[in-house]
Amino acid sequence: MAEKDEAKEKRKIKAVARMKEIMTAYYIEAKTAEQTGKKVAWITSGGPVEPLIAMDVIPVYPENHGAMVGASKMGVDLCQKAEAMGYSSDLCSYARADIACAPISGGPIGGLPRPDMLVCCNNICGTVLKWYEVQARFFNVPLFILDTPFCHTEFTPESRRYVQEQVNEYIAFLEKVCGKKFDYDRIKEVGRLSAEGQRLWQAVLDTAMNRPAPLSAFDAFFHLALIVTLRGTQQTVDYYKMLLAEMQERVAQGIGAVADEKYRLLWDNLPVWYRTKWLSEKFASQGACLVADTYTSAWCGALRYVDVNDFLGTMAECHTRIYLNIGVDEMARQVIEMAKKYDVDGIVMHSNRSCKPYSFGQYDIQRIVREKLGIPTLMIEADMVDERSFSESQIETRIDAFIEVLKGRQGSSA
Amino acid sequence: MRQIDECYQVLADPYGYAERLKKESRRKIVGTFCSYAPEEFIIAAGAHPFRIFGTGEKARLAESHLQSYCCSLVRGALEDALAGRLAFLDGVVFPHTCDTIQRLSDIWRLNVGGCFHLDVVLPVRLDTDNARQYLTDVLKRFRRELEAKLGAVIGDDDLRRAIGLTNRIRGALTRIAALAGDRPGILKGADLSALARSAMIMERSRAAMLLEEVLAQLEAQPGAQPGPARKRVILAGGVCNQPEVYALIEEGGGAVAADDLCTGSRSYEGLIDETGDPLAAIGRRYAERVVCPAKHRGLAERAENLVRMARAKQAQGVIFLLLKFCDPHAFDYPHLREALEKAGIPSMVVEVEDRLPADGQLRTRFEAFIEMI
Ligand code: SF4
Ligand code: SF4
Ligand code: SF4
Repeated sequence: MAEKDEAKEKRKIKAVARMKEIMTAYYIEAKTAEQTGKKVAWITSGGPVEPLIAMDVIPVYPENHGAMVGASKMGVDLCQKAEAMGYSSDLCSYARADIACAPISGGPIGGLPRPDMLVCCNNICGTVLKWYEVQARFFNVPLFILDTPFCHTEFTPESRRYVQEQVNEYIAFLEKVCGKKFDYDRIKEVGRLSAEGQRLWQAVLDTAMNRPAPLSAFDAFFHLALIVTLRGTQQTVDYYKMLLAEMQERVAQGIGAVADEKYRLLWDNLPVWYRTKWLSEKFASQGACLVADTYTSAWCGALRYVDVNDFLGTMAECHTRIYLNIGVDEMARQVIEMAKKYDVDGIVMHSNRSCKPYSFGQYDIQRIVREKLGIPTLMIEADMVDERSFSESQIETRIDAFIEVLKGRQGSSA
Repeated sequence: MRQIDECYQVLADPYGYAERLKKESRRKIVGTFCSYAPEEFIIAAGAHPFRIFGTGEKARLAESHLQSYCCSLVRGALEDALAGRLAFLDGVVFPHTCDTIQRLSDIWRLNVGGCFHLDVVLPVRLDTDNARQYLTDVLKRFRRELEAKLGAVIGDDDLRRAIGLTNRIRGALTRIAALAGDRPGILKGADLSALARSAMIMERSRAAMLLEEVLAQLEAQPGAQPGPARKRVILAGGVCNQPEVYALIEEGGGAVAADDLCTGSRSYEGLIDETGDPLAAIGRRYAERVVCPAKHRGLAERAENLVRMARAKQAQGVIFLLLKFCDPHAFDYPHLREALEKAGIPSMVVEVEDRLPADGQLRTRFEAFIEMI
């Protein structure tokens, strides 16, 4: 018994504590911004945060807050409040939860700090546009929209010009709201740190190529927070260096995220925040490790377009060509690439009622993966924050059946 | 009216109509979605723009591509395409609007063969010079791509003629709608809706002619006919493909004084400037027309527009008709309702799928609302 606990203890990632510290300090700073005189911007997860960092503005992420709402199981209550305000229960639950939080300072941290401005980049969905319009009206603060035309099959020169010009407009917007000049030297440094942070994050995720994988997608969901919120800071770079070292050490010692890794799986779509523990244990108990996912890798996918010597000049491309802003066939191509890279035995797809741009097209991706790789896929119907869309018994049965399929395949190929 | 009957015939079997038109006129048929499809280019290229609504057949094939939480408009269109009911299409044009249409375009491109595929990735914001410049750039690209796909040259004069034609349609519909609102009883709400929807399907010069004839007849008709005073309501929402709604409102003692629908006024209001560069003029119209919730032009415009419309038409209430799973409209609804409340205008909302609920529930709700206002 004692031995078992020891093994379990060994598998725990030490950096978690540091991450909690950083996030707590970050939220305290954000929530006390009024006293320190710093400005606060709410920004979408795919938005360009670096110019905010360069302007000493505190970025706050309603989507990260939405994840916290989901993880603390406050989603249903807040979503219902939004519905009472007239918002349909079919809308994105991040948006619903956040919209309901604002007037009552609800949620796990008593609401987000009041924004001085809103920055919305629609490279992830059209929902954020509507959501930020709602909040811009509610808080009566300026809203900047970075409009990144969808790349069905290509990133056109027209789109490049349009978005690049908006980067200039964004800077002019910040100068106006902050009442000071933009610091073009500082952005170079922030840009360098951002790219380095992304590279380190990718390196962390890459350690899961090892067998056993030292971290799972469930760990990645947690450690993601910094690359989203504090990208472009030294702190983030330091943190991921530390995390990477820990992962490398685990690889050296053969410590896996899952006790006895038998099956390697790829996760698609957002996490089911209120059930990450349950899902993680459910898969782990059968020796299945979700070694990679399409979600957390989206924050380093733009690396290939980044030029640290011309950070602002490559910003348009980096933000327009991200994972969700591309066609279904290109997404399928990237899923296949990841499946090969991490050498997975199957794919678990979360069909997420909240997120139409991420979920519509999944059936086609599933088919393409089956045709090209011949590996099985499992579709789980749920929602990332609204627990009412989660049927535990149904999902459990489906996972069990899926594991049986994996078992059968491993048996026959051995 | 004979002209209105013709419209109903077209709407009863739009696909059959398109097939016949194709055969008789030897013109290429280009399917479009949404009121943001710049159909002037298709007309200028000598092809026929055909707005796809879906026939509402039960979705079986579409179910292997779209989850249950997709709007019925998109699901229905995909179903028809996969079932081969749209085989007459030579091409299809997807303007970028909502997340669902965006993914429909991908799924269509990967699964529906036999016709060319063009995306018109319009800007989402329409409130800056930069965005309007991008809109013009996108239209230029669309013109080039369409020329290549159709093997046609789209000259400025062709565009001007196409603008002249669509302006005739828009102008006639705008005036018909105004008359119908001002002189209750001269035109049923369902008939106005049929005129607007069939003009998106019918051969456009035929549509223009019919509409102008209808207009002439209505103009000759005297004002309000005697009868019980009806309560005036505005119908607001997205696509309305359920003419029964009008009858239910009228039977409940109401009359639709005006609408803010994309199968209604949003599709025809605002003419294209016929002087100067035609492409730029088309861009200006799409940037300046009454905005749809999938586009951004300020934070208050849609609400102000609705309140202004309700006041100008002396409407006593607003009925929101929302399609289930339609995000852009669902997001705007609470704000619009609140703006109406502040202006002292009551409203009600109904959420529909492609077919109205069969029971009398909707009738009762309309009756109660109309009685209350
Ligand atoms: S979950 Fe999907 S719909 Fe919601 S904000 Fe994120 S990307 Fe947009
Ligand atoms: S609501 Fe807007 S996006 Fe949807 S069909 Fe109508 S005009 Fe197009
Ligand atoms: S705007 Fe609404 S109705 Fe139109 S396609 Fe999108 S979700 Fe469907």
